[in-house]
Amino acid sequence: MIFSNFFHKMASPKHFYRIAGRLIPWLAGACLLLVLAGLYYGLLVAPPDYQQGDSYRIMFIHVPAAWMSLFIYVVMAGAGAIGLIWRIKLAEVITISSAPVGASFTFLALVTGSIWGKPMWGTWWVWDARLTSELILLFLYLGVIALHSAIEDRRMAARAVAILALVGVINIPIIHYSVEWWNTLHQGPTVTKFDKPSIHLSMLIPLLLMAVAFKLYYVFVVLMRARCEVLERERNTGWVRELAEEK
Amino acid sequence: MNLNEFLHMGGYAFYVWTSYGIALLVLVVNIILPARQRTKILANIARKARRARSES
Repeated sequence: MIFSNFFHKMASPKHFYRIAGRLIPWLAGACLLLVLAGLYYGLLVAPPDYQQGDSYRIMFIHVPAAWMSLFIYVVMAGAGAIGLIWRIKLAEVITISSAPVGASFTFLALVTGSIWGKPMWGTWWVWDARLTSELILLFLYLGVIALHSAIEDRRMAARAVAILALVGVINIPIIHYSVEWWNTLHQGPTVTKFDKPSIHLSMLIPLLLMAVAFKLYYVFVVLMRARCEVLERERNTGWVRELAEEK
Repeated sequence: MNLNEFLHMGGYAFYVWTSYGIALLVLVVNIILPARQRTKILANIARKARRARSES
């Protein structure tokens, strides 16, 4: 009863706006603490790698960013599907609000990977399966953003975007398995393997701290963007006008 | 470990600090943009509401 009440309230734009506004500072604070802890363990406590020296510390940004690029895409497409099937406005809002954050993490994964690749592989870029499919992911995000801004009607735009996002889901398993299906310079997974992760605990701790921090970051930034989208959609309602004039 | 050694990153200073710098920049910009956008939207709506009232 309490739960259904909660979801009912969250589905109303006004309550969503208010509750999101209350959550954001807490999520941002927790995120900041985890980032600081991650940086401390990643840059100061963890020892240099026996093969890669200190260059491997790029991993603490690169790997969580790459995980987020996939995770956010799945959330975006999932919310898109929910919006398409049940016409839930809030799902549409989450879909479109996720795209810029996802694009940013994809960009970070590509750029930090490139910067890491130069000293380790001797090249900034190779057209192999992992790198190319991640680049396509960036274009999918940019396509979602462009398509949304090209269609005037916000609900129509949300539907078009959801379909594009869903078609693009095919790229997600391709990215994930690319290092196993094709020969590549990119190393295979070390953490998400089914047997014991082949990474030392002193390096795993900062990696996981940063991964959780990035996840919290996504949640509070997507809520910030969703609040803007809600305001735009509800601009002609009484509560938004009251809110605007209070300021 | 002293500060110089830390900043030197075993010879990989350029690669490590560029990566962390770009990440910081992108993550901070992603917070500033929606924060500023929200203020802009609210100001916009307030302005329109005032205009509508003065016209009627």
